[in-house]
Amino acid sequence: MNPSTSTTSASPELSGPPPIGAPAPDFSLSSTINGSTSLHDLRGHPVILAFYPADWSPVCGDQMAFYNECLDEFAASGAQLLGISVDGQWSHAAFARYRNLRFPLLADFEPKGAVARAYGVYREGDGFSERALFVIDAAGLLRWRFVSPIAINPGADGILNALAALTSKP
Amino acid sequence: MSLSPAVSSNDHGQGDAAAPLTLVEYGDYECSYCGLAYPIVKEIQVALGKQLRFVFRNFPLKEAHPHAEQAAWLAEGAAAASAFWPVHDLLYENQARLKHVDLARYGRTAGMSLEAIDAALAGAFADRVSNDFRSGVHSGVNGTPTFFINGKRHNGSFEAAVLMDALRAALEH
Repeated sequence: MNPSTSTTSASPELSGPPPIGAPAPDFSLSSTINGSTSLHDLRGHPVILAFYPADWSPVCGDQMAFYNECLDEFAASGAQLLGISVDGQWSHAAFARYRNLRFPLLADFEPKGAVARAYGVYREGDGFSERALFVIDAAGLLRWRFVSPIAINPGADGILNALAALTSKP
Repeated sequence: MSLSPAVSSNDHGQGDAAAPLTLVEYGDYECSYCGLAYPIVKEIQVALGKQLRFVFRNFPLKEAHPHAEQAAWLAEGAAAASAFWPVHDLLYENQARLKHVDLARYGRTAGMSLEAIDAALAGAFADRVSNDFRSGVHSGVNGTPTFFINGKRHNGSFEAAVLMDALRAALEH
């Protein structure tokens, strides 16, 4: 669960995750804020992608609720947090309202898990994504990733360290 | 996962600073799990006596718990009147009643002046609480309560037996 610069998932399903330093795969998904969110529209700011398995499951809820508490820390780096799961937009809307989430949840719903696949973190056998974190820099390049054991909330320290590294090496 | 910054005289601690064991809790006064941990910590303090120093840092989950941050502000205000621990205990013993009027009452019970209570509840110690929160996030806190034993995050549960085993193991290192 500690921060790492490499994926350490036990899942055999990871196929061709984009390498660190490569352009982050673009996407446009329906979002709980502003209707839809496209990665390329966020160019100019760091982006944190938080893939999680499912709305409502206890660990996911804790993780997303925890990130909701950390938004000020992320904002200090100018970063935008996006939560992504295969749940549909109505589940996301209810979940976000229930947890009072102030950041967008994106629906990787149709085609199911396409964005998770593009990032190499879709679990084919389960039909949902890994609990995976990515930090993308202001130029749209992938700078850090971490795949957490599926049942463990990875916290935010790895994200903050990755964001700090962006500003120390322009 | 280790604690940063390390425990110092700026922290609120109970017990001898030279004790071989230091248990740090990042806690939220409105968090029910922290409420469950509160008597467990007391039990452990009794069991370990002089071998243990206990330190509390603020980690209010203010989006989830609307009164947590102000409660933490009050405790920090109480610290300035040397009443941190009485207020800390009152807050955990009255978790269901943490509205402004309740907080002011706990401050008075602990001997704070009305001016000190007003200042604390208006956020005079907000920076201190935010700094605690930030240190927790950087140290790998991912929910409350999170404990650190001699600077290392305790990843097990906070049941008394589990915490005691971890503390005893740390004593042998």
